[in-house]
Amino acid sequence: MEAAAGSCRAPLPACWGLLRGLLLAVLAAGSCQGNSVERKIYIPLNKTAPCVRLLNATHQIGCQSSISGDTGVIHVVEKEEDLKWVLADGPHPPYMILLDGNLFNRRVMLQLKGTSRVSGLAVAIAKPSPPQGFSPGLKCPNDGFGVYSKDYGPQFAHCNKTVWNPVGSGLSYEDFDFPIFLLEDANETQVIKQCYQDHNVPRDASGPQYPLCAMQLFSHMHAVTSTVTCMRRSSLQSTFSINPEVVCDPLLDYNVWSTLQPINSSGKVSPEKEVIIVATRIDSHSFFWNIAPGAESAVSSFVTHLAAAEALHKMSDVHLLQRNIMFTFFQGETFDYIGSSRMVYDMEKDKFPLRLDNIHSFVELNQVALRNDSILWMHTDPVSRMNESVEVQVRNLLDILSNSSVGANVTLQEAGYSQPLPPSSFQRFLRARHIPGVVLTDHKTAFQNRYYQSMYDTPENIRMQYPEGLSPEETLEYVTDTAKSLAEVATVVARALYRLAGGANNTSAIQADPKTVSRMLYGFLIKMNNSWFQSIIKPDIKGILGDVPQHYVAVSSPVNTTYLVQYVLANLTGTVVNLTKEECLNPEKTPSSEKEMYEYAWVQGSLDPNSTSRVPYCVRSTVHLSKALSPAFELRQWGSTEYSTWTESRWKEIRARIFLVASKELEIITLVVGIVILIFSLLATYFINAKADVLFSVPRDPGAVAY
Amino acid sequence: MGAAVFFGCAGIAFGPALALVLLTVAAEPLRVIVLVAGAFFWLVSLLLASLIWFVSVHLSDREDAKLQYGLLIFGAAVSVLLQEAFRFAYFKLLKPLFRTSCSRFLSCPSRKADEGLATISEDGRSPISLRQMAYVSGLSFGIISGVFSVINILADSIGPGIVGIHGDSPYYFITSAFLTMALVLLHTFWGVIFFDACEKRRYWCLGLVVGSHLLTSGLTFLNPWYEASLVPIFIITLCTGLWAFFTAGGSFRNILKCLSCKQEDDSRVMRYSALQVPFED
Repeated sequence: MEAAAGSCRAPLPACWGLLRGLLLAVLAAGSCQGNSVERKIYIPLNKTAPCVRLLNATHQIGCQSSISGDTGVIHVVEKEEDLKWVLADGPHPPYMILLDGNLFNRRVMLQLKGTSRVSGLAVAIAKPSPPQGFSPGLKCPNDGFGVYSKDYGPQFAHCNKTVWNPVGSGLSYEDFDFPIFLLEDANETQVIKQCYQDHNVPRDASGPQYPLCAMQLFSHMHAVTSTVTCMRRSSLQSTFSINPEVVCDPLLDYNVWSTLQPINSSGKVSPEKEVIIVATRIDSHSFFWNIAPGAESAVSSFVTHLAAAEALHKMSDVHLLQRNIMFTFFQGETFDYIGSSRMVYDMEKDKFPLRLDNIHSFVELNQVALRNDSILWMHTDPVSRMNESVEVQVRNLLDILSNSSVGANVTLQEAGYSQPLPPSSFQRFLRARHIPGVVLTDHKTAFQNRYYQSMYDTPENIRMQYPEGLSPEETLEYVTDTAKSLAEVATVVARALYRLAGGANNTSAIQADPKTVSRMLYGFLIKMNNSWFQSIIKPDIKGILGDVPQHYVAVSSPVNTTYLVQYVLANLTGTVVNLTKEECLNPEKTPSSEKEMYEYAWVQGSLDPNSTSRVPYCVRSTVHLSKALSPAFELRQWGSTEYSTWTESRWKEIRARIFLVASKELEIITLVVGIVILIFSLLATYFINAKADVLFSVPRDPGAVAY
Repeated sequence: MGAAVFFGCAGIAFGPALALVLLTVAAEPLRVIVLVAGAFFWLVSLLLASLIWFVSVHLSDREDAKLQYGLLIFGAAVSVLLQEAFRFAYFKLLKPLFRTSCSRFLSCPSRKADEGLATISEDGRSPISLRQMAYVSGLSFGIISGVFSVINILADSIGPGIVGIHGDSPYYFITSAFLTMALVLLHTFWGVIFFDACEKRRYWCLGLVVGSHLLTSGLTFLNPWYEASLVPIFIITLCTGLWAFFTAGGSFRNILKCLSCKQEDDSRVMRYSALQVPFED
């Protein structure tokens, strides 16, 4: 015994070495194969997008699963009649529904919401997009946070005059207590359907036999009730906990702004200086998290805006213009005007270089790609126009815009006195001041866009078509008809702005470049990771160039869209300056840099055709970022009805997988067999042990058992 | 409901082992020590086997599926041989503890009372016999190999899914549990036979043990075809069990005697612990 113990002490380090070897071996094996039993049971669904919970001052919207995921037997619903099985006939509730994209509408969803026989939903994206239109947004977007209320144009409040988004079902603003996932990959949808075909198709009246194909969706949300509740909980935690468990985060990001003539971004513009604001929104939304293509609702207008900015900057006499022009790209506008309300708030609180009084006029581009007969509608606010002086300025604005379209392919028409402004950032400025302004859209009354704030607001929606067989590089440069028509709009807008700013020269030199527009459309709609975007961004953020672009504002900032708009704008309006990397990164050290007037960016440049290295350079521009966090959070008024209060819940895991489930009978049989074997073993062992001396006695030696 | 499958499978796989440990091992510290040390020996054998397999996989062409399958069979065989080698090493480690109480069938070279385990007991007798040691070490090999073969399957049996989405048998969990039960019992029987064979230098018995272990291990490669693996394995288990029973001193006569014996024997039985070989006075 002692010898054994002694010999064990010596090789202990050797044992450790071996153990470490084993551990490494296990880790190496684990990393390349995963758990093989799990792979036998589950098929993970990797290309999915969940619906998550968002909260505002009064409500929670979106979806959630239970904390350990919701499981149900899969039933494929491709026709309305298939719902009957789920809602009434099927013998194995709860069901997990694989819903055809064309049936994903309010009527069906409310039916499913009202029953406990549904544990979750996977939506297969419809291809082609539903012809009747699909918008999970509200019929009256951003209602209550625009300018119209019972005190201001009460006849226009709550879309009384014009319902802007008549196809809007409001699905995004419903609260579902079961998880809903989008299946982005048609192959995965096919795998699920195959599993359903093999196991779950009801063959006779008694229903299918076990084992059945089931699905589990994980999307448990931490926040509940409303922003007021979840922010209070988060802030309570952060006051006394070292490791606070925040349950929700405000939606926030950055607005991008730039001026035609450089201004001191840290100082104040003198009161007599007049500035024309051009604005667009750069965010969109859909029912599902991080799916927000927003082709018509955001990209068409901000791309036009960027092209107009480029065209104006090309003019040689812009620094002589009497008025300055500010190009503004608002983030989070979908969620009750986060970006514009914050900018107005900052201007009122003197936290912005401009004051509201500096604003000469306001031009907003809002959904401009789907024009009928090339008509661009000019929307104005009938309430502020009742004021004499505003009316004069607005009339002047409309005249200049109309004149600018002479000779162009775009016709500008007034939408008329009788209707209010469509949902637009300009409404937030009107709430503060009677500023003359106009909103340019492709719709006179209701949106042309039948897929407003949905996953179908894709390049196809704005009729972007590429010929077959183009390489990515060729596609990037290919000028589509959409790009041409948006370039025309940009040209008209740029010319009008030039006139508005007091430019006297002939405007025919101002011409937006369709090539730039097509590159931007490709980059913002089809593939972010293209050679042009790669060449114009900073090297340290090249990781943001994902594949499929989307424009959800999100809670982490800045998001990709903000970065890209910033760098595209800097590239289009800035100048290349001859600075070294150190000087460019630390412009305050160079006296001539005018640090407060300009932003400097060291961008990675395009690939050298002969080698794999890039040729970086320094870009000087007037592009700045300003915070787009709703003032409600600045003021800690989480129940605010004036400012946006949208927050996004936090979650731990979002996951989906399919597998087979066994019948209850098989499970019970397994348990009973296990218990029987255990009890039998205990009894047998007890008796054998009790009689061991008799059983294991050696018969040749009867004396052995004798004592 | 996944919990039902988990507890059911755990009961099937480890029910016999649990009963044996609770009723015959747990109460006696020395047996517990033998149990844990045996498990350690088995673990070391697995470590070496996995290293050999791991190295061979890394040295070979990983794309060649047929070769990899061959390597897996090779690895299993190496593992079996190593397990039996470590069983032998464990026997060699335990053997010196029985200098004083060696079997009557062999001539003891010396009978010095100050050697082996007998020194720690008051009456100069070893508190545990070699047969008990053989049984406990076999059980320890069985438990630890059962744990290693079934623990990740048990973890996944909690659910909610069952095996089968890729066309595998839905009875995967329950058959794995039965296989593990057979493995635990087989190791116990092999332990008894092996130690006895070593003691008596019956090398054909050793060969038979190694052979049946290799055969059992090989049969599991038939595995999605459960009729072909489970049934032979349970037949082997039954045969090995009978063999172990006779090796341990059991006989048909004893069973009859046991079935006919009266209740009052029990009090006496409880005093003298099970499986104890009578010492020679």
